[in-house]
Amino acid sequence: MTNATRPTPSNPIGSVMVVGGGIAGVQAALDLADSGYFVHLIEKSSAIGGVMATLDKTFPTDDCSLCILSPKLVEVGRHLNVQLHTLAEVKSVAGEAGNFKVTVFQKARFIDMEKCIGCGTCAEKCPRKVPDEYNAGLGKRKAAYVKFPQAVPLKYVIDKDHCIYFEKGKCRACEKFCPTQAVNFDDQDREFTLDVGSIILAPGFEPFDPRIYDTYNYAKLPNVVTSMEFERILSASGPFEGHLVRPSDHQEPKKIAWLQCVGSRDINRCDNGYCSSVCCMYAIKQAGIAIEHSGPDLDTTIFFMDMRTPGKDFDKYYERARREKGVRFIRSRVHSIEAVPGTDDLAIQYVTDDGRIAEETFNLVVLSVGLQISKDTLEMAERLGIEIGDGRFAATSPFEPVQTSRSGIYVCGVFQSPKDIPLSVMEASAAAADSAALLAPARNSLTRKPPILSERDVAAEEPRVGVFVCHCGINIAGVIDVAAVADYAETLPSVVYVERNLFTCAQDTQDKMRKVIEDHKLNRIVVAACSPRTHEALFQETLRQAGLNKYLFEMANIRNMGSWVHMNEPEAATEKAKDMVRMAVAKVALQQPLGEIQLNVTKSGLVVGGGIAGMTAALTLADQGYPVTLVERKDVLGGHGRKLYSTWDGQPIAPYLDELINRVIEHPKITVLTNAKIQDVQGFVGNFHTVIDVAGTRKEIDHGVAILAIGAHSLKPNEYGYGQSDRIFLNLDLDKAISERDPRIINARSAVFIQCVGSREPERPYCSRVCCSHSIENALRLKKLDPEMDVYVLYRDIRTFGLRENLYKEARARGVLFIRFDLEKKPDVQVASDGSLTVTVVDHVLQRPIVLKPDILTLASAVVMRAAEADELAKLFKVPLNAEGFFLEAHAKLRPVDFATDGVFVAGLAHYPKPTEECIAQAKAAAARAATVLAKDSILAGGVVALINKDLCCGCQGCVQVCPFGAISYLEQEAKCEVNQALCKGCGTCAATCPSEAITLLGFSHLQIYTQIDEALTA
Amino acid sequence: MAERFEPRILAILCNWCSYAGADLAGVSRFQYPPNVRVIRVMCSGTVSPHHVIHAFQRGADGVLVAGCHIGDCHYLKGNYMTLKRMKFVQELIRFAGYNPERFRLEWISSAEGVKFAEVIRDFTEKVRSLGPAPSFEASPRLAMGL
Repeated sequence: MTNATRPTPSNPIGSVMVVGGGIAGVQAALDLADSGYFVHLIEKSSAIGGVMATLDKTFPTDDCSLCILSPKLVEVGRHLNVQLHTLAEVKSVAGEAGNFKVTVFQKARFIDMEKCIGCGTCAEKCPRKVPDEYNAGLGKRKAAYVKFPQAVPLKYVIDKDHCIYFEKGKCRACEKFCPTQAVNFDDQDREFTLDVGSIILAPGFEPFDPRIYDTYNYAKLPNVVTSMEFERILSASGPFEGHLVRPSDHQEPKKIAWLQCVGSRDINRCDNGYCSSVCCMYAIKQAGIAIEHSGPDLDTTIFFMDMRTPGKDFDKYYERARREKGVRFIRSRVHSIEAVPGTDDLAIQYVTDDGRIAEETFNLVVLSVGLQISKDTLEMAERLGIEIGDGRFAATSPFEPVQTSRSGIYVCGVFQSPKDIPLSVMEASAAAADSAALLAPARNSLTRKPPILSERDVAAEEPRVGVFVCHCGINIAGVIDVAAVADYAETLPSVVYVERNLFTCAQDTQDKMRKVIEDHKLNRIVVAACSPRTHEALFQETLRQAGLNKYLFEMANIRNMGSWVHMNEPEAATEKAKDMVRMAVAKVALQQPLGEIQLNVTKSGLVVGGGIAGMTAALTLADQGYPVTLVERKDVLGGHGRKLYSTWDGQPIAPYLDELINRVIEHPKITVLTNAKIQDVQGFVGNFHTVIDVAGTRKEIDHGVAILAIGAHSLKPNEYGYGQSDRIFLNLDLDKAISERDPRIINARSAVFIQCVGSREPERPYCSRVCCSHSIENALRLKKLDPEMDVYVLYRDIRTFGLRENLYKEARARGVLFIRFDLEKKPDVQVASDGSLTVTVVDHVLQRPIVLKPDILTLASAVVMRAAEADELAKLFKVPLNAEGFFLEAHAKLRPVDFATDGVFVAGLAHYPKPTEECIAQAKAAAARAATVLAKDSILAGGVVALINKDLCCGCQGCVQVCPFGAISYLEQEAKCEVNQALCKGCGTCAATCPSEAITLLGFSHLQIYTQIDEALTA
Repeated sequence: MAERFEPRILAILCNWCSYAGADLAGVSRFQYPPNVRVIRVMCSGTVSPHHVIHAFQRGADGVLVAGCHIGDCHYLKGNYMTLKRMKFVQELIRFAGYNPERFRLEWISSAEGVKFAEVIRDFTEKVRSLGPAPSFEASPRLAMGL
């Protein structure tokens, strides 16, 4: 039963609880908070960020993990409609979908979050050192600590279990030195209840603990580390500051080995039969990054069973590691790791492909540990009455991938099944979409709106600058002569008011600042304190409260770039601080108020493509109350779904598809246009105008968002004798033949499947993701029809990721024979004149050709894009395609369904080959992201954006070329360029390109930059 | 003994990565020489060759531009523009008669506090060893009316 066919609660609560502050929880929280729902985000530890915050880099783009995550964490921390509850856990849930009462248990922090300014004095003074969980135990932290420097909230916490005061009754050093009296040893654990309409579970995973693999000696040998530990070893913020050294002697390793499937695909030594889905990729990543650290002479070897790189751009990443970086890949499961006597090195014995036993010595061994669900999470699931399925993951159906067994409670991320970051982000948005659909009647009922404040018009006034110099306790004043800085500020042009504060960011100082602005008629403010990255928004809010435009503000970062980095050079630090203040004053004096314009949003969507993804996206938006136009090029809905027989776990597709089509056709908010084609697209986010050709008739619609879900199709191979015999099938044809009990199938005594037909080839260097599971499903179906049938699967790597590993296990148990081949030695198929088939393949164990005479042959052919259609659509919507013709999302990791162009989203096979449940999740995700646009009455444009002075513009269009967001257009009639402020993100690339400096990035104008340069160099 | 030459260095840092990396150097208390003055811009792609040349005209002994690593740009591809432009800048200042080592382009992520401190230490010492930059007027190329 699909979600919306369940009775919708008539009077639901307009808030959602998200459990878990990792990337999935963060994404779900932001999507909901941006769509009109209030969010309570529950995090067990003292700060959000989860596992992603501990990773060094992320595959396949090698992005710095924390760099891309951190802005999202900050956004959560600041969001008006997200309330963060740290050190908190869900105790119990009463009620039902739409109306839950949740009891939350929250541990004492012993630091008053209102008072803590994150200066770190408590940690500095704390005498107790504790193994640092953030650094996987490889480093030390204090008992008073912050999880990591970029933590949100940036508030310290006292670890009661290790605090000397709690152990022995005295110490309290932190309390004594805390400059704001934030330490509170009387703080108590507490329990409270929250009323929410739905719950999203995103508790994440724990890395498998390899100690039970006694033959790997992880507990005994310091140079056997887990992959999580290795992430921290690689990280610049890790225990060795990014120097790749091994733990035992801090020497740089020359040879490193990775052992795959530690705690995955194993039911002998642990109970994790599933594939953890991410370890092959992260091992390749770690090997590559290690080589970057240590140079090309570093010997890196990955011991694996099957190389599972079935994601977007993953196979290319694998090939690059193999061919360009020289990572060695050895197909062997390693039995044991032994110490090499007299050294810290490690010996590994393994069996080679041809059956020889080999031994090699390594300086460091990394165990690629799998993902598993923690005991805590399973206990929570039990308390919540959530059914647990295979592999101890939350039970879900492929048709409702984020719906748990309890209505109104959704799941996303690894608790749903093992997966990587983009899939977790997708599911998080999908869970947000399902929540939003459930609670649609209560949208905007509990959200807070920012107060509307009036602004004083200062455009005509002479600059009157106020300078606030912060002591930050002793953080700044302990090094810098703040009195001298303040005195100096008074001498600067335009400065009419200067004061010093113990803590400029403190609430009482903010109140005072507001009054000072009014009393002294200040119209520009400079705060000389810490970083604008952490504090600008706070001060800007005070400016707004005082009736000043928030852009009339500048910070001089005299702490992070002053007192903290020149601790032993107080005089130089003071001079530098003066220069910084002078630069800031000069810059802000040139600053004009920046306006923000409101643009209306057309609250309806367009979905292109009427397959499972397109229909799901349309329904998800329509169920939230937004009108949707669904455009399908064929005369029927259903798309590729019409050809599918069942999901990977055997659930029939046809009845599901029929119900989906019916719901779409009958939905009052959905207009279905068949035989329809997009002809022209104008406008931008919130305001698109599109022309559609519907069976020869022109139709025009206005819409605020667009979701592209045009699907893909299966390749018709031109090899392996395809088309020469009616005994050669594609998997989709075989599905049909089996279900129709075709005599060719019923009478077959033997069957062969050939994998990677057209995939993972030089001209199509990607894995089609679905074919391994599909072939094995069909192999099993044949075995069930006739257990005596000889069934062979000829493969390169079996990529039954996640819980699909069960299929592979079952197939082997039922006697399906798997024969591996290399790309260089592909099988040979001969079709005789009588139609009989001969397949020859070189067996990798026997190292000699095997001749098979199957009655039927099935080719697992690639999923490919319809290039012409995709190309046309890409041009119309100004969105990119990748080298393989799939749509290219804004960011491979964190924006998997967004395009760089605002208001346009992607879902389904048009993004990359994927199974049905991922198409459904992605479609819901696209709808959730689209709903964040449609939930707004208007979108704000302006602020820090580029502006073209048309008098200076010569119409060269250099700016049009460089804009990453397609925000600049060329006006033919005037022969000038123009920036669409709704699309501009304020990077300023155009401003630097413009040969006549006709473009100003407001807030960072050329004049301001030149002035800052002048002031920096005057002293 | 002659007083040690203290070079004047200008650093233009992108908001999302390099400025954040500099912040982290502070949070981590990594010490580096106080010769650098920082200008924060949203993206390194907003730095034009004119800005760099202007700094040398005004007496900078060294100029550093730092942005996100290639592929990490907050604005998707702004730093590709930086890469192209700063290659040009390198040639330009060489042509103008300056030692091109007075200019440096670095990719520093928000997690690379160590790297930021190292780059500043290294660059400060490099520029110190080069001595004061010739005045713009004194540069022979400039005398030719560039």
